[in-house]
Amino acid sequence: MHPAFSVIFLTTLIGVGQGLFLALYSGQIYSMMNLLPGQDSQSFYAIGTLLALLFLAAGLVASFFHLGRPMRGWRSISQWRTSWLSREIIVLGITLFLILLYGVAHYLAWTQPILILGETYPIDLSLAIGTLAMFSTFALFISTGMIYACIKFLQEWHSPFTVINFILFGAASGFTLAAAFSAVIGSDVVVFYATWAILLTFAAFFTRTASLIRNSNLKPKSNLQTAIGVRHTVIAQKAQGAMCGSFNTREFFHGSSLSKLKIVKTIFLIFVFPIPIGLLLAAAYGFFPIEFSIMAFIIQYLGLIAERWYFFTEAKHPQNLYYQSVS
Amino acid sequence: MKQLALIIDLNVCVGCHACVTSCKEWNTSGWAGPLSDFNPYNTDPTGTFFNRVQTFEIGTFPNTETVHFPKSCLHCEEPPCVPVCPTGASYKREEDGIVLVDYDKCIGCKYCSWACPYGAREVDQQQKVMKKCTLCVDRIYDQTLPESERKPACVLACPTNARLFGDVHDSDSEVSQLIRENGGYQLMPEWGTNPANHYLPRRKTRLKIHEDELQRSDNPLKKEGVLPEPPKEQQTLDDIYMSW
Ligand code: SF4
Ligand code: SF4
Ligand code: SF4
Repeated sequence: MHPAFSVIFLTTLIGVGQGLFLALYSGQIYSMMNLLPGQDSQSFYAIGTLLALLFLAAGLVASFFHLGRPMRGWRSISQWRTSWLSREIIVLGITLFLILLYGVAHYLAWTQPILILGETYPIDLSLAIGTLAMFSTFALFISTGMIYACIKFLQEWHSPFTVINFILFGAASGFTLAAAFSAVIGSDVVVFYATWAILLTFAAFFTRTASLIRNSNLKPKSNLQTAIGVRHTVIAQKAQGAMCGSFNTREFFHGSSLSKLKIVKTIFLIFVFPIPIGLLLAAAYGFFPIEFSIMAFIIQYLGLIAERWYFFTEAKHPQNLYYQSVS
Repeated sequence: MKQLALIIDLNVCVGCHACVTSCKEWNTSGWAGPLSDFNPYNTDPTGTFFNRVQTFEIGTFPNTETVHFPKSCLHCEEPPCVPVCPTGASYKREEDGIVLVDYDKCIGCKYCSWACPYGAREVDQQQKVMKKCTLCVDRIYDQTLPESERKPACVLACPTNARLFGDVHDSDSEVSQLIRENGGYQLMPEWGTNPANHYLPRRKTRLKIHEDELQRSDNPLKKEGVLPEPPKEQQTLDDIYMSW
């Protein structure tokens, strides 16, 4: 498939936003359980949530560049019964709203316990809203992943790995950003976020490697024989019906050389996994925590752009069988 | 339930592209607006088409055969392109099974084109909406046209009658009979899309003659010298049949 930058930015940016929110929310859960020192509602949670919202909104803006008719975008909420794309747009709206509410709750300091769970865990309004937003965030990850995973003849995408990788990459980059954010504002939870970011990055490394191996062993179900229905092992296209390309040649071919693909794959494998893990480790041990954690986030995000680009080039659309040669 | 469809007879298609040009002409002149072209008379011309004729060479020289292969939307009975559409712009008509795009609802997200394994959908770069073969829905029901012309433009244009139009759910229709009797098949059956359009394969009529049929096993006049003459008293097959 042709990698479209609008979609690359959409999926990576909302991934960071969702991951950052999950990081803030898990921080709050840990604090509630007295496993972490509590953070200030306004300077930590409210500002952190604002940062997450900025990423989500930036992703939303990027998505509009993908549409031919963005002004009609509102129509896309109508087919939630069948279309994962429609579901994603609805859940994205709900998630944005709930995360905004979560930020507002912290900003207005709605943090008086409304009930005590098991006599030890105080639940306040912000935590209740956060829990709803957490479910919505996961639903958004699933919807985004399923847009790609549900198309069965894009065999490279049609696998649970697609959804799992979207979740783990989003969470890893979000926790990395949370580490950088808490380092910048001088909070004492850098180690907590850096540790989780490292664990999530490791997890993403295993699932992405597994999907790379799976995809390299895939056997395409369609071939020229089934495409035109002629039983012969030697079939060559002599004309595709257009001399200078068409939508079919622009949308479904990545048009990149094998060596470029290899370079991008190497870049993402290095930028997403080992470098951020190394930098986060250093930051966690107190070496330049601000600089190193910010660098870890930026490098990992650049790597994720390369990863998403490669994700698109990996998928081989069966329609390409009909567009093998010009004449 | 009616399911209108095209039958493409690869046995007689000569690859003249008459269906391509007549399809373009009809659909660029309709009420839905033009099928836009870019640089039509310049280098790198490109544009939107509902129907393309492709050419494939089968086999290795000198034992080759050329197959011209027209391809337009197959109006699948289980169209994967329809459920993925977020706006409902893509839909399959209940009454005749035609798969259509509502150009006023489409947001141009291209998701449906990803979900068509046949590459039958093309974005109009000017109107920025998805387009595809309409099975000439604006012709086939047009009461102002004479009955004989209420057929898709491509079907009327084909000089060799390689394109046929009809209801594939009606077992007695011409198209159903052709599919049944001439080995009609669907493209990429592996995805379960159940295309309504069918293709008829290249067909050759061959007479199978067995080796022994070239020798007459029984020779009533016993004139040829190839077989040893049987003794007079021995019964021949003819004697047996005669005795009945
Ligand atoms: S051929 Fe493609 S566009 Fe046409 S109905 Fe089938 S899947 Fe949809
Ligand atoms: S391009 Fe148009 S018809 Fe296709 S899925 Fe998007 S909104 Fe639906
Ligand atoms: S049925 Fe009409 S729209 Fe479809 S290929 Fe033929 S002429 Fe074009």
